[in-house]
Amino acid sequence: MDTFLAQCLSGLATGGVYASLALALVMIHQATRLVNFAQGELAMFSTYIAWSLIQAGVPYWPAFALTLALSFAAGLLIERVVLRPVRGAPALSMVVIFIGLLVILNSVAGWIYSYTVRPFPSPFPPEPPFGQHYVSSHDLGAIGVTIAVLLLVYAFFRFTTLGLAMRAAAQNPESARLAGIRVGWMRALGWGLATAIGAVAGMMVAPIVFLDPNMMSGVLLYAFAAALIGGIDNPFGAVFGGFFVGVLENLLGAYAIGQELKLTLALVVIIAVLVVKPAGLFGRTLVKRV
Amino acid sequence: MRAENLPGPALPTWKWAGLAALLAALCALPFLLSNFSVFQLTLVMAYAIVLVGLNMLTGYNGQISLGHGAFYAIGAYAAAILMDRYGVAYWMTLPVAAAVCLAAGFLFGLPALRLEGPYLALATFGLAVALPQLLKHKSLEQWTGGVQGITILKPDPPFGLPINADQWLYFFALAVAIVMFALARNLLRGRIGRAMVAIRDNPIAAEAMGIDIALYKSLTFGVSAMFTGVGGALGAIAVQFVAPDSFNVFLSIAFLVGIVVGGLASLQGAIYGALFIQFVPNLADRVSRAAPWAIYGIMVILFMYLAPGGVAGIVHRISRTWKRRKT
Repeated sequence: MDTFLAQCLSGLATGGVYASLALALVMIHQATRLVNFAQGELAMFSTYIAWSLIQAGVPYWPAFALTLALSFAAGLLIERVVLRPVRGAPALSMVVIFIGLLVILNSVAGWIYSYTVRPFPSPFPPEPPFGQHYVSSHDLGAIGVTIAVLLLVYAFFRFTTLGLAMRAAAQNPESARLAGIRVGWMRALGWGLATAIGAVAGMMVAPIVFLDPNMMSGVLLYAFAAALIGGIDNPFGAVFGGFFVGVLENLLGAYAIGQELKLTLALVVIIAVLVVKPAGLFGRTLVKRV
Repeated sequence: MRAENLPGPALPTWKWAGLAALLAALCALPFLLSNFSVFQLTLVMAYAIVLVGLNMLTGYNGQISLGHGAFYAIGAYAAAILMDRYGVAYWMTLPVAAAVCLAAGFLFGLPALRLEGPYLALATFGLAVALPQLLKHKSLEQWTGGVQGITILKPDPPFGLPINADQWLYFFALAVAIVMFALARNLLRGRIGRAMVAIRDNPIAAEAMGIDIALYKSLTFGVSAMFTGVGGALGAIAVQFVAPDSFNVFLSIAFLVGIVVGGLASLQGAIYGALFIQFVPNLADRVSRAAPWAIYGIMVILFMYLAPGGVAGIVHRISRTWKRRKT
């Protein structure tokens, strides 16, 4: 029973990371109807930036905040420079460009930081809190940070004018433009926000999986699975999906399939959702008029 | 990406003459180059066959696959296991690899039917990421050799031919590549090729014309995987080694880069693409271990902006202006 509880809780912690990355995927999908294959590598690169800052002597939380700001700017810049010229291009071109971004980020990170696996510090104390032994401080902290990010994002979209404008631009670009919203900039902002959220995911998962240029490929696959389970157009669904696949992965890994088939599990989940219920649990079914 | 990209009707005489000259040059090459260069060219031919297969699916039929490294791996492992465990002759492994991959591709193509554009890319991306882990799994270890992989022997030239093993393998790969290209050309030229392009350009109209979309799409997936498997088997025989980590997601990405740079929906584009993915990383490797992939990434994005038709598109444009100037 003890191990079961411990597995569930540590599943929730990695689930929180999947949830953040899935949220980033959903945000970009909402704004542009595209699946961002480079999301994981963007998060990896942000984590390296945080690592450099900490190595340079910046304390953890200022480095955290600075990384978010830099990631936001980088996401904004990528949308403006790389994606804006090809807006409305066919799906194949977009997939190819995202794959190009993925490869560039991965190799540039390897170039600058080498492929050595490095430890990444956790901001939380090493010993488990509250005198219990089920869950480490970092796991609990990661769950807390995920929930905080989710609430902030929700509040931003629900209660600010800018959030409203971004929602309008995603839902109906033509009408939004007629109402005076700069749709292109809203898209770029969405990219910036998504990249910053991805950076949170990277910094939370790095103490667990360690830092190296390929650290996010498995995480990205789980984030895809999470986003699809929750419905790729539903942010809350994505967060639910993240926690769900995190726990599923840990329980099945501990009791059923072992550690070696974890990625295959994500693949099976992705294909199963796409085939059985493409809209996900909470998504709207899109009806295409032909 | 229009129907005019389909291979035309029968070749005119001057094109036949050109092909014969090219073939003569290709036959002379292994006697002029070092053994290592010959080996590299053998791999180029294996990659070219893969790219023809992927181009059929992605370029002609419009289904995006980021997971063709998986079918390459299946073909490679089929060849290696047959040679290593069952002592099958190397040339016999190609039809088996083709059949296994045809079946695997067709089966994967069935659920993939319901997926469009980025979602199919996503599912196949998952396949590519998960594959090395699957190949390492304990239950398959008695065949796959686990993390260690399988080492196989290079086949000797038959009939006491006075050439070395690398040169023989080159000629073998050349023969296989010619057969596969002829097969692809005939497939794409006919009714099936037109149906594939019609599905890509306008599925609803295609269906209204009486094309069974589900059947054609999963068949295309199967045939595409079959080509890839033959390339994989050929590659395994040339490299003499298969291991799970050589078939990671970057192999699949390299194939996608190959068809984009070579030219989507173009048969000769497969050759340019194969040359690119074989030789550009070797050149870039001298700069840094990470450089080849940075160059890959920058090249695909630049090609998407500046020359969506790839090298084949550029060649086509040049030859057209040249012809116009002549008349």
